[in-house]
Amino acid sequence: MNNDLVSRFTLHTPRFIFERAACSLQRVAQHLFLFTFFLLPLICYAQSISSTELINNAKQHDGKTVTYEGEVIGDVMVRGNYAWINVNDSQNAIGIWTDKNLAKNILYAGSYKSKGDWIEITGVFQRACLEHGGDLDIHAQAIRKVRQGREIIERLNIGKRNLVFVLLGALCLVWILKQLKRK
Amino acid sequence: MVLKPRLEDIKIIGYYLGKIILGLGLTMLIPIIIGLAFGEINPALDFLIGIEIALIFGLILIKLCFTEKDLNWMQGMIVVSLSWLAAMLLGAIPLYLSGHWKSYLDACFDAMSGFATTGLVLVQDLDHLSYTHNLWRHLIMFIGGQGIVIVALSFFVRGASGALKMYVGEARDEKILPNVIHTSRFIWLVSIVYLILGTLALGAVGVLNGMKPINAFFHGACVFMAAFDTGGFAPQSQNILYYHSLAFEIITIIIMILGAINFKMHYHLWTGNRREIFKNIETKTLFITVVVTFCITAFGLTQIGSYPKAIVLFRKGFYQLISGHTGTGFMTVYARQFINEWNELALVGVICAMGFGGAVCSTTGAIKMLRIGIIFKALKQDLKRIIMPERAIVVQKFHHIKEIFVEDRLARSALLITLAYLVLYGLGAIIGMLFGYPFINSLFESTSAAANVGLSCGITDASMPAALKLTYIFQMWAGRLEFMSVFTLVGFFVAAIKGKR
Repeated sequence: MNNDLVSRFTLHTPRFIFERAACSLQRVAQHLFLFTFFLLPLICYAQSISSTELINNAKQHDGKTVTYEGEVIGDVMVRGNYAWINVNDSQNAIGIWTDKNLAKNILYAGSYKSKGDWIEITGVFQRACLEHGGDLDIHAQAIRKVRQGREIIERLNIGKRNLVFVLLGALCLVWILKQLKRK
Repeated sequence: MVLKPRLEDIKIIGYYLGKIILGLGLTMLIPIIIGLAFGEINPALDFLIGIEIALIFGLILIKLCFTEKDLNWMQGMIVVSLSWLAAMLLGAIPLYLSGHWKSYLDACFDAMSGFATTGLVLVQDLDHLSYTHNLWRHLIMFIGGQGIVIVALSFFVRGASGALKMYVGEARDEKILPNVIHTSRFIWLVSIVYLILGTLALGAVGVLNGMKPINAFFHGACVFMAAFDTGGFAPQSQNILYYHSLAFEIITIIIMILGAINFKMHYHLWTGNRREIFKNIETKTLFITVVVTFCITAFGLTQIGSYPKAIVLFRKGFYQLISGHTGTGFMTVYARQFINEWNELALVGVICAMGFGGAVCSTTGAIKMLRIGIIFKALKQDLKRIIMPERAIVVQKFHHIKEIFVEDRLARSALLITLAYLVLYGLGAIIGMLFGYPFINSLFESTSAAANVGLSCGITDASMPAALKLTYIFQMWAGRLEFMSVFTLVGFFVAAIKGKR
């Protein structure tokens, strides 16, 4: 019982409280250190950057490794051992200069009849690439397919079809009236 | 005393307007054929709806306003200005039905931008637009570049003397051949020959650049139409940047310059008179203004070190400049890069180039080289008068197909149109500023719209205020028609309200 009293008394001394708080702060600092120097860069690296951010703050990102993702649109344009692909993140499309082997897995490119593959590119962003006549582009180091594209099957729009027939009727009527007037 | 227009005036205007609407409607057959060829059923339906509406309106106007009388000058001018508005409203129907434009106003904006060969766009998700609609976007540039009325003159009008009034009303005050219909047909011949050559050249480069052949030649045809008619639309959202190709850029520069040359000059080149190109005031002025504005732009870009290598300065600085000067509007940079990475001096160079434009009787808009040349010659004449003794007779000449004396009448006409353009550029800039945009951005966009260029610094967007969209539509329309037809239309409405019987 005495021991209990002693321990309770010691537990509430200002020195003990201070030591405990210091210990907690140290632990928080350790976590913060771990987060800042190891986890944060990993998270940031994985988080893709938007085309608008890249275009609007191009100088800030110039020459840095970025992760950008979007839909492949148009053609995969093979040039020797490399290829140009254009990737649209629903805001803008940006040109990606890549080794042609990295672009091999791209099966669908976005157009009226297909939804392009959604890919994630990790590469070096260039505000005005000296190698490519000043183009704002990304030189890809790695490409990962996030979602496969697909063909879009066009279904006949019944509303439009009906409107065509109604207007055709009206047109015939106007034509007949015009001819009658002439006679 | 202003006289109220008579019913007969309205009937004549309505009859010719109906004919032009019929002609316009029939041009929608081309995208329908393309739609069916590519198996794009719903886009083909959009154009069937468009063609039917155009034919219904055209036939009703012809029926209600049937006349055998010919047009006078006032009626011819009004027919032209109304034809362009009708073209915008009808041309926008299939665009709007595609679902790629947020509102009918946006579709009208792009239709006017196309017909007026401007190139500013409000389209959404362009990279997924059908071949059918994409072809139409570029075809309206081709039609608008030659002149909507020229389409009708070439194919639907036979020997009407009223043709000349409509031809002049469409900002073409120069006849290449004695007969205006032969002139229209010559303009078409030049355009079709260049269309075939340009499509082949651009398509071949596209294939060599790794594009699929079908896409390469489709893009080639579209980009040719936009380049030769100094329009500026492109099949992909990145515009010319999509191709990442120096060869493609060089070919488009050549086509843009060909589009900015007077059709009369093409005639002389075709008939073997190559010396004309070195003697003509327009080509000389074009060369000087390109050099001067490029020096300004290059100096500005060098100041901030945006493009450190010569080839980069050429592909970014010179390309945007020549695109602006010829009134095309092709871009190899993103719109926001103009504001973020170009300084004001470089932008002033491009704004001046856009404001000057190309040759008269070409497909460009803006003040135009002949007028700049005449004003410069008139200024030189006045300076000589001051310097030389009072008794001296000062005569100033210039060469434009033939030797022409600089008369006060010519100088006055050139100055008036120049002043009207400057007012239009300024007016759009002020309206832009009223909506909170900075001065340089507003002036850039306003000049681009009024001079029918199409370069954008980012203001033109589907989210911009409707009033600003209407302002730019008005600027594109008035700028393309060079004011006279628009002033006549305004006068007609004033007379209808205030005139006496």
